[in-house]
Amino acid sequence: MVLYSLTFYLFSSVAVLSALMVISAKNPVHSVLFLILSFVNASGLFVLLGAEFLAMILVVVYVGAVAVLFLFVVMMLDINFVKLREGFLQYLPFGALLGIVLVIELGILFLTDRSSNIYNNQTPLQPIVNDVENTKMIGQILYTEYFYLFQICGIILLVAMIGSITLTLRDKGGVKRQNIDFQNTVNASTAIEKKKIKIGEGI
Amino acid sequence: MNYDILITGLIIVAQILAVVVPVLISVAFLVYAERKVLALIQLRRGPNIVGPFGILQSFADALKLITKENIIPSGSNKIVFILAPIITMVLSLAGWAVIPFAPGWVVSDINVGIMYLFAVSSLGVYGIIMAGWASNSQYPFLGALRSAAQMVSYEVSIGFVIITVLLCVGSLNLSKIVLAQQTVWFAIPLLPMFIIFFISALAETNRLPFDLPEDESTLVAGFFTEYSSASFVLFFLGEYASMILMSSMTVILFLGGWLPPFDVYPLNVVPGVIWFTVKVIFILFLFIWVRGTFPRYRYDQLMRLGWKVFLPFSLFWVVATSGFLVYFDMLPN
Repeated sequence: MVLYSLTFYLFSSVAVLSALMVISAKNPVHSVLFLILSFVNASGLFVLLGAEFLAMILVVVYVGAVAVLFLFVVMMLDINFVKLREGFLQYLPFGALLGIVLVIELGILFLTDRSSNIYNNQTPLQPIVNDVENTKMIGQILYTEYFYLFQICGIILLVAMIGSITLTLRDKGGVKRQNIDFQNTVNASTAIEKKKIKIGEGI
Repeated sequence: MNYDILITGLIIVAQILAVVVPVLISVAFLVYAERKVLALIQLRRGPNIVGPFGILQSFADALKLITKENIIPSGSNKIVFILAPIITMVLSLAGWAVIPFAPGWVVSDINVGIMYLFAVSSLGVYGIIMAGWASNSQYPFLGALRSAAQMVSYEVSIGFVIITVLLCVGSLNLSKIVLAQQTVWFAIPLLPMFIIFFISALAETNRLPFDLPEDESTLVAGFFTEYSSASFVLFFLGEYASMILMSSMTVILFLGGWLPPFDVYPLNVVPGVIWFTVKVIFILFLFIWVRGTFPRYRYDQLMRLGWKVFLPFSLFWVVATSGFLVYFDMLPN
């Protein structure tokens, strides 16, 4: 119990602190690295909630793939951060508005509806021990109740993928491509041609 | 004072040491074995000076490297530069937490074991990319870029191979994956997937013929060009530890983990951990054999193999396997 609370506060405080560092770090690459730290801690919180499948998916998808590409782009770009920071005051009202709306929404969520189903349990959150693994539980609900929504998500991703491919794929022409099947089928008889050359004529 | 927590903590630390120390020792012997096998392939003698048959060569090398000066380039980003080898090393050891060596011989028998392994191996790219960037030098940076693209590409097909195995098992728990192979090892019905997994494992651990991130003929030493002394040792240990980790993963997914090949008398009295070790050594030998035999791939060939050959094929095999299992009503519960 003590250990559980300790790990919870460790993960959540590191997550919040690294999230703060994401927006305050001077170096953009450091920002992305802090973002990754924040993701990892969020997945730690998922583990504490007993949602180990979500935790691992978070690491595999966001940390292992999305953040790598993010880091890739940030490393390659030459961003002038001093210039970017000049607009800080200009965007402050809008950012503050977003923050306030979020805080109010969270407040509403916490203050109301405590009596209804999921908030009935007033005991501290603990890993829910089930006979069924939560991977199976997710599967059972995802492929039955939310089947159409799940399929629509897939189609949206497919459309996004095709869109990005058509945006980036340019056939400039004149590109030399390796034809591996052709290379593999070459043998002595197709690769070498013997010619009898008459003296003084050439080919 | 509650001593239960203390005792539980001590047991966990003891378990971690019981896994990590043998892994590190086996890394040392793997380096020796690799040099010896490569020497035999190339008709040389290999290390034969330090200790009997040169068996202590790796320890001598490690000692030599650690006693050298650790140089941190003045233009580098120091914190990230130091963090990178540590991350590589830690990640290559973290995966061992879920590996079952024998029935019940596992530090943490979690439900999502295979997902955890997949997650940890996909994080391995950070050590390399951070090293490449923090060195603030062209060769390491090129190596890091290559590595990022390569590891992300091959993870996709590794993911599909894992899905195929999981379809036949019905659980993400590594012990259950092994127990599902009691009748037949998955390497036999899923032979093409086994081969794809092995090749992707070579790419994922940056081994030859896919070692473009450290391609010495074009990039000096790739992402660890600027590293010296102890930080170089950490990269080196990390690479070999993750090689052993990937071999164990292959053994668990396809070669029946701790199970004997046939459940008959003289074979099934041998302890499971010995079978496991023998199989891991076999896969490691394949790693070294491949290194001694094949030339390095060119970068575009590597990408072609990953995206145009492995990805469509493994995707097709996922559909084929699930179709087969549904049609013959063989899906596990």
